Amino acid sequence: MLSKRIIPCLDVREGKTTKGICFKNNVDIGDPVEMARFYYEAGADELVFYDITASHEKRNIMIDVVRRVAETIFIPFSVGGGIRNVDDMRNVLLAGAEKVSVNSAAVKNPEIISKGAEAFGSQCIVLGMDVKYVGESVKIPSGYEIVINGGREYLGIDALEWAIKAQKLGAGEICLNSIDADGTQDGYELKLTSIISENVSIPVIASGGAGKPEHLNEVLTKGKADAALIASMVHYGTYTISDIKSYLDSCGVKVRKSW
Amino acid sequence: MIAIIDYDAGNLASVERAVSYLGFKCIVTNDIKTIAGSERIIFPGVGAAGAAMDSLKRLGLDSVIKQAVIDGKPILGICLGTQIIMEYSEENETACLKIIDGFVKAFPPDIKSKDGSRLKIPHMGWNGLKNIKKHPVLSGLNEDDEFYFVHGYYPYPTDSEHILGTTDYGISFASVIGFNNIIATQFHPEKSGRPGLSLLKNFCMWNTS
Repeated sequence: MLSKRIIPCLDVREGKTTKGICFKNNVDIGDPVEMARFYYEAGADELVFYDITASHEKRNIMIDVVRRVAETIFIPFSVGGGIRNVDDMRNVLLAGAEKVSVNSAAVKNPEIISKGAEAFGSQCIVLGMDVKYVGESVKIPSGYEIVINGGREYLGIDALEWAIKAQKLGAGEICLNSIDADGTQDGYELKLTSIISENVSIPVIASGGAGKPEHLNEVLTKGKADAALIASMVHYGTYTISDIKSYLDSCGVKVRKSW
Repeated sequence: MIAIIDYDAGNLASVERAVSYLGFKCIVTNDIKTIAGSERIIFPGVGAAGAAMDSLKRLGLDSVIKQAVIDGKPILGICLGTQIIMEYSEENETACLKIIDGFVKAFPPDIKSKDGSRLKIPHMGWNGLKNIKKHPVLSGLNEDDEFYFVHGYYPYPTDSEHILGTTDYGISFASVIGFNNIIATQFHPEKSGRPGLSLLKNFCMWNTS
């Protein structure tokens, strides 16, 4: 039976990994290639890299990081952050990423999803969604609204409607980040995750709020997520991937135990 | 030299990187002479069956692969490469290479797990192997090992002798198939960590003569 995936997420700025706490106060914690190797050997099922480099000129540093990661680990990894068009996607995929994730650019220009899926296949295209709870309304029926540009810009788009539309356009997977839960380590946004996951046929990766193994159990069962993103709880050594998988296994969640 | 066949079906660099990492010489190529002169062949690919068969024919690679099967050269199919060696695919209603008898089916849209929950399509992520047959390329693998899959279609060989391993996803399907000098996996060994690299290494050393 298919295993639920545990996916460490590495934020990278100008070639160094950071961990953003609610998108602020980033601190340097290491070399992305070494961290990728570490998590690969520790039993991560996949890795996610977010390039948060602000300066456009320095963005090709990330391509070099992707190339070196691809030579080092032999599990899938995706790269997101600053992907604006099909050429950006191609550069990341040719450098060796398995998947590329689009977020703000897809909201502004949904065609990037269909063009990317046509050029590289749906399996390569991950839709990143940053979502905030704003209360149910006529305009936002699910109560969850899409936020772009690192949590700053609201466009009046309902998260559930956007997820369904993106799937139709050819997204192969959704990485669903709750702005409310992100950085709190108080647990994933279960309601949001289950609403999206139950209404699309593509896999959903839950993101934001992981602080302890119990949170992953909740989101992979009640939240109906297919995979769970983790960051601080492993980056600072509080838990190992083995700890998390052993716990999930004891709860009856199917995980990959041999690597 | 190992030829990794390039027929415009996805990014093949990950296969090349994994084989090089294991210390074997390989080349990503669509050159008929290079493929014909190679010691062994890897036939990977992601994408749709229809477009892939069109590319193979346009590049004249369909006959090169069939000849390699006859010549007894070791051949490894991966993912779409595994589907294309069957007779026919439901995807785009495509006539394929007819190297292995049987066809390629789509997962039923309403498949459910044992507990009754809906299963998503494509089948994406890590899953295990069952009914692993004794085979030099599968040597050392066991049912605890998992492999990375991404697919909505699966091979359905007519002769059960051609099934070398199966995987459960709502249904049980053939995830490793082959006979004589050809073996093919529905999963991506190049993205499957230690057991995947182990399978690739076994293939690179497989003596079919």
